[in-house]
Parts: sequence; C-alpha cells; structure tokens
Amino acid sequence: MGTPGTVREHHEHHELGFIRKYIFSTDHKVIGIQFMMTGLVFFALGGLFAMAIRYQLAWPWHKMPLIGDVLFPETGGAITPEFYTMLFTMHGTIMIFFVIIPLLTGAFGNFLIPLMIGAPDMAFPKLNMFGYWAMIPAIFCVTMSFLTPGHGPAAGWTAYPPLSTVQSAAPGSFSAQTWWLMALTWVGISSMMGAVNYVTTIVKMRAPGMTMFRMPLTIWALMIAAILQLFALPVLTAGSFLQLADRVLHTGFFTPTNLLVNGLNPESMQAFDVAKGHFAGAASGGQPLLWQHLFWFYSHPAVYIMVLPAMGMASDIISCHARKPIFGYKPMVYSMCAIAGLGFIVWGHHMFASGMNPAMGMTFMVSTIMIALPSAIKVFNWLGTLWGSRIRLNTPMLFATGFVAMFIIGGLSGIWMAATPVDIYIHDTYIVVAHFHYVVFAGSVFAIFGGIYHWFPKMFGRMMNDTLGKIHFVGTFIFTNGVFYMMHQLGVAGLMRRTADPYNYETYRHLQPINQFISICAFLLFAWQIFFVVNFFYSMFWGKRANRNPWNACSLEWDAPSPPGHGNFDKKLQVFRGPYEYASPDTDDDNLRQTQEV
Amino acid sequence: MSSSTHSIAYDPAVDAPKPHHPVYDYDSGPPVDRGKFAIWLFLATEVMFFTGLIGSYVVIRTGAPTWPDPSSRLAVDLTAFNTFVLIVSSYFVVRSLQAIQKGNRGALLKWLGLAILFGSFFVGVQVYEYIHLVHEGSTPNVDLFWSTFYAMTGFHGMHVIVGVIWLICVWIAAARGKYSAENHVRVELAGLYWHFVDLVWVLLFTIVYLF
Amino acid sequence: MRYLFSLLLAAVLVFGVWTFVGYDNWLLGPSPESYHWWWAPEISTYGQRIDFLFRLIAMMELVMFVLTMTLLVAFVFKYSAPRKDKAVFSHGSHKLEMTWTAIPAGLLVVIAFSQMGTWADIKMGGHTKDKPVFAEIYASQFDWRFRYPGPDKRFGTADDFDTAYELVVRADEDLVFNLRSHDVLHSFFVPMLRLKQDAVPGMTIPIWFNVDSEEWQAAFEGQEDKTFDIICAELCGWGHYKMSGRIRVLDDESFAKWEAEQVARHFSNDEPAG
Repeated sequence: MGTPGTVREHHEHHELGFIRKYIFSTDHKVIGIQFMMTGLVFFALGGLFAMAIRYQLAWPWHKMPLIGDVLFPETGGAITPEFYTMLFTMHGTIMIFFVIIPLLTGAFGNFLIPLMIGAPDMAFPKLNMFGYWAMIPAIFCVTMSFLTPGHGPAAGWTAYPPLSTVQSAAPGSFSAQTWWLMALTWVGISSMMGAVNYVTTIVKMRAPGMTMFRMPLTIWALMIAAILQLFALPVLTAGSFLQLADRVLHTGFFTPTNLLVNGLNPESMQAFDVAKGHFAGAASGGQPLLWQHLFWFYSHPAVYIMVLPAMGMASDIISCHARKPIFGYKPMVYSMCAIAGLGFIVWGHHMFASGMNPAMGMTFMVSTIMIALPSAIKVFNWLGTLWGSRIRLNTPMLFATGFVAMFIIGGLSGIWMAATPVDIYIHDTYIVVAHFHYVVFAGSVFAIFGGIYHWFPKMFGRMMNDTLGKIHFVGTFIFTNGVFYMMHQLGVAGLMRRTADPYNYETYRHLQPINQFISICAFLLFAWQIFFVVNFFYSMFWGKRANRNPWNACSLEWDAPSPPGHGNFDKKLQVFRGPYEYASPDTDDDNLRQTQEV
Repeated sequence: MSSSTHSIAYDPAVDAPKPHHPVYDYDSGPPVDRGKFAIWLFLATEVMFFTGLIGSYVVIRTGAPTWPDPSSRLAVDLTAFNTFVLIVSSYFVVRSLQAIQKGNRGALLKWLGLAILFGSFFVGVQVYEYIHLVHEGSTPNVDLFWSTFYAMTGFHGMHVIVGVIWLICVWIAAARGKYSAENHVRVELAGLYWHFVDLVWVLLFTIVYLF
Repeated sequence: MRYLFSLLLAAVLVFGVWTFVGYDNWLLGPSPESYHWWWAPEISTYGQRIDFLFRLIAMMELVMFVLTMTLLVAFVFKYSAPRKDKAVFSHGSHKLEMTWTAIPAGLLVVIAFSQMGTWADIKMGGHTKDKPVFAEIYASQFDWRFRYPGPDKRFGTADDFDTAYELVVRADEDLVFNLRSHDVLHSFFVPMLRLKQDAVPGMTIPIWFNVDSEEWQAAFEGQEDKTFDIICAELCGWGHYKMSGRIRVLDDESFAKWEAEQVARHFSNDEPAG
C-alpha cells in the first residue's frame, strides 16, 4: 500500500441503500454513532438498575413503586436479596462493558480518529463493522443472562470464584453466569477488533504533516487505550474461558479441594452425566486467587481505558473553549504513557485484603501510589491551560471543566486506597464506591457529555441547544456531588458494598438517613437526564444548522464538511502545526488551524 | 478576538459535503503494509492470550501438592512426531512464500497444499488423541492435570484449525490467480499466523508433555 | 453562568474542606461525644496507627485539594469574564513542569514509605509467627463459626469446642487466629478493630489483633452491651447481607470461666452456644 507520503485518490462513489448506509455500514462515522446510540440506551438501563439499588438501600424491603407487584409478587412487592445481587452485578457489568468502554473507544474512537488525523476512514472498514456487530451477540448474551430463570448472575461484576463457578453456591444464578461470561467474551472480541483497527489507522493513515506530536491529545489517549486493550484484554479472555470451562466442563481451575457448600461437597454434586445417569464429578485443586489476578490484570488497565480517552477529550474541549494552547502538550502525552505503563503493574491493589502475599501488597502499593503522579501532572497542566485563558462558558466547556474538578476529587481519594494499611479498613467500603464513581461517572461520563455537546455539530450537522445544555449541566453537577460525595462519609463509617440490607448490622444502623439523602439525589440525577435526552433528539432534527467549524477550533475534524460525507475530506490536506494554536500571534484570527498556511 | 473572519452561519455551498469529490487516502508511519502492521498487533494479543493460559498453568501446577508425570498419562512419542509434522508444515509455508516472491504460482500451490495437508494431519492426530483419552475416561473434569491439558491443547488446536482454514482460503485464492510476485501480502499474513501457532505448540509441547 | 458555575465549584471546595476540618471530620477524627455518628470507634492496638495514616494522607490531600480547587475556581471566574484581547499564547513552562512533577513525587514517596512499617506489622507475620493459635475462624454461607483449642491450648484434642456467631476473646493480648472458609470467599471485617481479611477456601490465613481494654471501655462507656460487629465484607451469595457475628471481650478470669463452661457443655454433647 505504498510508502509513507504517497496519496491515493479514488473517485468511486455510489449511492448506498438504507441498510448498507445505516445498518451494515462500513463508514466509521455511522459505526461511531451506532456505538453511541447503543451505549446511551444501555446507559439508561444501567441507570435504572442503580435507581433500584438506591431504593433498596434507602428503604430496605419496602414495596418497590411501580414495578414491585409485577416483579416480586411473592414478597408483596419488595425486592429479594437475589434480585439485589443481580442488580449490582448487572449495573457494574453494563456500565463498564456496555456503556463507558463502547462510548469512549467505540463511539468517539470510531468517529474522531479518522477525522482528527485526516484519514478517509479506518484502515479496515469491514473489520470495523464486525467490531460493532460483535456487540450484538454480546447484547444477546447479557440479555439472556437476566432473562433466564432464576435471578441473574450473582457474583458481582468481578465474578470471583468459587461463588461464580460452583453452581450450588449461588442457586439462583443457574445458566445466567454462563451467559454473562459469554457476553464478556463477545465484548472482548468487539474491543479487540476496534483496538487493532485504531492503532493501525493512527500509525499508518495520518495526513501529510500530521506527525505523532501534532496529533490531538484525544487521539493519543485513544491510541494508548487501544494498546492497553490489545495487551490486557486477552488475559481476561483466557481467564473467562477457564471460568467458563469450570462451569460447563467442570474443570477445577478456580475451585479448591474439599469445599462444603451447604454441607455438601459440590465436586460430587456437579457434572451430572446424562448418558450414564450419575454424577461424574468435577475436578478441583485450583486457586480462587488466580482468577482475581487474571481478572484485575485486565480490569485495572480497563480503568485507564475508561479514563484516558475522557482525559484526552476534556483536554481538547478545554483548549478549544478556553481559546488557549494546551499547557505542556508533551508532558500531557508522557503522563498518559506513564499511566498506561504503570497501569500494567498495579492490578494487585485490588487484592490487598485477598490473602495475597503481603510482600507483594507492598510492591503493588508503591507502584499504585506512583501512578498518582502522572494524574497530578495532568491536573496541573489543565490548570495551566486555564490560566490566562479567555473562557467561553458553554455546555461542552462546563462539562470538561466539571470533569477536571471531579477528577481532582476522584484522584485524591484514590491515594487512601493505595495505602495498604488504610486499605485494610476501607477496602470494599463505600469510600471505594465513591472513588470509582468520581472517576468513572463524574469523570468519564462528564467528559462523554462534554464530548457529545462538543462534537454533536460534526456528527449531525446541527448544534445542540446551549440553554438546555446548561440546565442539564447544573443539575447533573449538583446531584452527582450529592450522590457521590456523601459516599466517602459512608465509607469512613465502614459501610461496605454489595449488602442488600446494611442496617442488619448495628454498626450501620445510624447511616440510613445519609443513604436516604443519597438516594433522593440519585433519583433527581436520573430524572434530570431528561434535559439531555430531549436536547439530543430535538437538536438532531431541529437544531440550528452548524457550519464546518462552529467553535472556531483548530484541529482537522473541523475542516471536514458538517456532517462529513463519504471519504470525510473534500480537499487534499497538508498539516502545518499542532492542534492547539489558539491565540497565536501569527494570525488575526483567534484560531490558527492545523491546515492553514501562514 | 480581534477580528472575526469566521461566520458561524451555515452556508450549504461551503459547509455541506460536495457530492463528488475524490477520496484522499494517505500513508504514514513505518513503511510496512497496513495488513502486516495489523497482523503483528493481532499476534501480540495472541501472545498475551497464551501468556494468560500458560501463566495460569504454571501457577496451578506449582501450587498443586502433587503433579503426575506427563509421560505416564500421555503418548509422548506420538505427539513428538506430530510436533515434527507441524514444524515441517511451517517450512512448507516458508517455501510457498519464496515461490510466489519469484512469481512461481505452481510452486506456491504445491508448497501451500503440502502445508495444509500436514496441518490437517496434526489436527487429525490431536482429535484421535482426544477420542482415545475420552474413551479411557480421561475427561477434563477428572483432575487438574486433565483440566489444564485440555485447556491448553484445546485452545491451541482451535488456533490450528483456524490456521488450516485460513491457508485453504489462501490456496483457493492462489488457484484463482489472485497472487503474483508483486502482490502476495496475504500469503505472508497467513504465513505469519501459521508460524506463530507453530511456535506456541513447541512451547506447549515442552511444558505439557515433556516436563 | 459565570457566577453560577464559579459558585458551584466554590461550593465543592468549601464543602470538601468542611469534611476535612469540620465537625466529625476526616483530618482530626471524630468528636468523642458523637462516636457512633460518622466513624466507627477504634479499639485495637493497631487501629490508631491505621487512623493516623488515614489522617496523614488526608492532610496531604487537603493541601492538594485546596490548592487545585482554589486555582480552578479562581481561573474559571477570572478568565471567563468578557474580554476583548486574545488569551496568553503559551505552550507551557519547563520549570513549572519540573516543579509540579518533583514536589508531588516527593510527597508520594513519603506517603508510600510511611505506610510500610504498619503494613508489615499487621500483615507480615511478625506478630503471628510461633504464637499459639487462639482460635480458628470458619466462614461459610452465611455464618461464622469458631473453634477453640480448649484449656490445653492444642487443636485436635478432646477438649476442643466450637461456638457460632459470637467470638469470645481476651483483652490486652496479641491473639492469633486462623481464618478459613468452607465454601466461597468471605471477608472477616471488624470495623472497630480496623481488621479486614478475606477468607479463601483452600487457604489458611493467620490474622491477629489486640483489643486495647481502655479504649474498649471508653468506646462503650455507660452501655450495657459491649459486644461489637463482625461483618462479612466480600460478596458471598444471596445472604451476604445477613452474615453477621459479634465479638465479646472478657478479662482473663471471666474468659477462663467461660472456657470451662464451654468445655463442660461440649462434653455433655449439648448444642454449641450461639
């Protein structure tokens, strides 16, 4: 396919039918929007699960409004403990694997990568299409996992064995856990295809003059996230295949010997041999902690997959609406690389209380505490960017700045968890819940909202309503803090996660009023998203038409038509400089675009 | 802003995509083919996949109080021969690539065909071994030795099957005259994958059968 | 919007600082008269050290939080004012980058090293090595069971006895326990002792604690019931939320008496207490 610097021009352009254009599309923009729609639908679903969790924590065993009678006739409308377990398992699974990762890498990765580097499409458009369509079996499997009889997967999103492998330990989960594992595998396949495509596209298809250090930080972040996926995800895939084998073939990778579940040995209970009509027995002797290592070897880097693209997008949005170059571009890039590199050697900090060798805990503590450093550098550079800027306080900027504020809180609270002795007390308490929701909800989701408001004109050729957007932001910001800030307090009080009824313990009884406050904030937060939904769909059809560059931005995607057509760019590109030349003295304009000749 | 030369207003003549314009496709980065670049990334993920499997095997085996001598349970001689067959098939793939680099399509078909034959033979022997073992009652749910044995050889076997199918697809395309001395990158891609699968087997054979 | 947004950010700053230094705060600890509100009181010998480290980190976090949030509020408020001129054209400063890399790096290294001694003391065997095991703790769905060696201090002898739900211990003594699980993962969490350890099937994990009787008396002053919660902190199935236990602390004399009663009960083949 030629040597660097060559350009091929082709004129093939044919009208595609509806199905080829919008359903089985190979166009990265359409695939990105497909990922976005899927992600947003699942976001609503995961949010509903969260509401049910909050209802139970505020008013345990009360009749559920609206759906109680339908779902739980046998308890008079109150939730069951099994259902509660399913709720938080599916809330975690859906939010991580069907919302945040598909939205960041699937939606924005697909939409932005070719546009921001000046490519006509991804390197492998068909593979890209399969990447989206691999989500369909994943969605099917995850739906089956809560529609099969019983009570859905019951081992948390971390699926720790033996609870997840020994069927008699979680009688309600039946085949649900098996479906759950297959859903995870399909999501993994989708991510793999995407990641190979992203890295190849970024390395091989940049426009002339677009050197690596002229790429927007979003692209750097997406590339680093893709590399994390490439190297970390296969290990989880291997692990989940082994867990699948434990459930289906009754191997013993994660099942230790001599278990007694409800007084019976599951080794003899499992593996009913239909042909021979007796229990064939299951292997044992495995190690439950092995799964935790395999799981966190992926799922910790996954945290960075969920936050690095958000950091990149926030950087782009802040620089654009602050009308000022990014402060310390290269330190930003290096710190992202450092986060990714260190991200591979910190997984053990999820296992300080697990029974892992305490000496290993000590090394994992040091690496984990050091990962706070590049995060801090990023925060300082965002502050540096804001210093002396000329801020345009519109919705994307509000969300991006909100992201920085929330990331400060989420980042700082992480240091407590990294410190092993402190973690003995706060491990698995609500302070952990507060921490990762500050990073993933108040962090990544804020950046996703900011990204949608910012790139909506490029996606649909229309502006989103700024007033509605501001209303959306203010409520979201207030209620987010109302929900998650108070969770630190619960954690300090020792309240642990995943309990259907904490007030069963004397230690927690006095915490119910705080939980009720949090729940009310959570309901308001959920309801407040109506402003986003209305704005989103209204603007898609009736929003103000946007020109090519409504924000007067510098980066390449704004050189393309709004919305870009087939092949993205209608002129030959030549890149002269980095993507953040706002306020440049070389031009009378406020933005010196990457393609602009001076 | 000192002067605003940008108008925010939408002007269809300027801002809408032009109905017919050429598609500009640039090349950047290291001078390797995109497909080859991607296949190396893919092989990196495969390395991590087998690292996960082999790592788990090592952890489980070192953590187990006792571990049977593989030769007491497995037909090491047969598999050693099978390993030799797989290595030879890799050699055939190398020869087929050399052939098409010189533009010799006949030789390509011959060597590739031999590689497919030897690869299929390898799969056949593995299937035979599995049937034999299951017949003896050595199923994965018996103990950890068999659990790990089936997991490791099974996942590798699936990779070999995929490789054989891939080689067959390349063979068919070659037979239809798709490749030439200038255009044969797809032969190379399939070959890279095949060598990788071969390499993994040498490792697996060593740790599962020999030690 | 400018005022509203700056106000929102400032509110986060003020409220955040309040949680560090306000009533019952994270930095100075709970006020004694309201022990049972935010914090669980701490009654073990190493609980103080854990709480101290929590506050040490809290102090550094407070400094960083105030610094970054104040700058954020100030910059957002100041630079979102309507302005005619362009923003400052700056791509960064090498000196600043070095400063804000080096200073946090130093702080983080201090934090990391300050943790190590406590961690080693609590987890790394110094206190458990060569000590007799006081009792064995067995976790299973969904209850806690305890096996005591009896007066002869040896397990596997006739005077071993079992109890359920309530773990009876002595005060002011390093007590070593072996933690085991019969079925799935559990976690032995005693908030008041600042102790948490997963119970893993197939593994025997030694844990230890030492109840400081003075702190214990102070925490329960004026209360009849001086027992406290054992909580399961690792998801263990549908009944996870009700997997509770209690710890009762006795002085040496009462413990010996209780032990004798239990042994007698054991030999009369009664149901275990609990």
